[in-house]
Amino acid sequence: MLEASNLECVRGEKSLFRGLSFRLDPGACLLVQGANGSGKTSLLRMLCGLSQPAQGEIRWNDEPIGKLAENYRGELLYCGHAGAVKDDLTALENARISATLAGAPVDEEAARQALRQFGLKGREDLPARVLSAGQKRRVALTRLLLEKRKLWVLDEPLTALDKAAVANLGGVIDAHLAGGGMAVLTSHQDLPLAAGRIEQLRLD
Amino acid sequence: MAGTSLLSALGAVIRRDLLLAMRRKSDVLTTLFFFVIVVSLFPLGIGPEMAMLRQIAPGVLWVAALLATMLSLNRLFAADHADGTLEQMALSAVPLGVLVTGKVVAHWLLSGLPLVLLAPVLGLQFDLATDALGVLALALLIGTPVLSLIGAVGAGLTLGVRGGGVLVSLLVLPLYVPVLIFGAGAVEADLTGLGATAHLSLLAAFLALAAFFGPWATTVALRIALE
Repeated sequence: MLEASNLECVRGEKSLFRGLSFRLDPGACLLVQGANGSGKTSLLRMLCGLSQPAQGEIRWNDEPIGKLAENYRGELLYCGHAGAVKDDLTALENARISATLAGAPVDEEAARQALRQFGLKGREDLPARVLSAGQKRRVALTRLLLEKRKLWVLDEPLTALDKAAVANLGGVIDAHLAGGGMAVLTSHQDLPLAAGRIEQLRLD
Repeated sequence: MAGTSLLSALGAVIRRDLLLAMRRKSDVLTTLFFFVIVVSLFPLGIGPEMAMLRQIAPGVLWVAALLATMLSLNRLFAADHADGTLEQMALSAVPLGVLVTGKVVAHWLLSGLPLVLLAPVLGLQFDLATDALGVLALALLIGTPVLSLIGAVGAGLTLGVRGGGVLVSLLVLPLYVPVLIFGAGAVEADLTGLGATAHLSLLAAFLALAAFFGPWATTVALRIALE
């Protein structure tokens, strides 16, 4: 269970949001909405522990995330604007290496399977340099399948994806939530998720 | 996390960085050519004055090694920072210190170890005796990992800063001075018949100190840079 209480985010002189509280239970998805510059990415980075809130606290299973450190990071998967895809490595190498760096090594067959599921069949051994922006994004998203993490924090996961890939990603997130996982995401597009599980959070 | 999985993560980072370097060889080769050319310019400029060359050889080789290491420091974290890999490392279940250690080891294998292997060959141009060449290689073998370890702290601190390349030199070169003094001193001591043991022991002490504090300080610097 992820719980944020009374969060405040300050960028420069300006306070982006304050007094922000929410609770996320297993199986629930939080959709963070707001205009450009309203602090969506800042909030997501705070939830990951990459930056510190000016005020307030974030707790995972009733423990502050700063105290849990690696134990929290082992439950967390963050997918940011930068996809962490290396141009010089093939799609397969990217998938396997990023899983290993995250502390969850996978074998080649599992990585190929995940790439196929994201529609990259036949592209596994191409260097990421020659892939399109959407295909690179798909390579980055294979981490969702390869690292078995409880909490997914996804910053604009739909950027550059085509309709089929968006539907596919919706299915992957649905399956994750059905299995008791949690997700926090931002998106300007509509994400096809099974209704009822989505909570909205507006930053204005 | 168990010790074996930490070791396998360490190995994975080293293999990844070596693989990336193999795919982009020019980055590594530029540094090595720089080292070879800078060292070779001195005998050409000074001419065949053997006594003078022997005297300046240790200093020239060590200063060239420092500068070559400086050149490669900017690459250490910049690419990973730009494409988001560094963020993922900071969020990994593997402690960031382990991953950073892996990156520093890979940096040494790519830009320190080749200098150790090249130095005895280049030392021939300075008319150094065989055992002096041996001491030179040994001093570089102990000293270059210190350069990578200290350099990583500087690279972490200047990450994402405009003009970071110059700044990292200003930050790191003063810290390299003790290594330079005792590294070059080891060869001089051997040439004058004093024996290089004391200098080499001091270099090894620097290495122990840098290996202990370096990755920790780099980790702290990277977390600040990512915020």
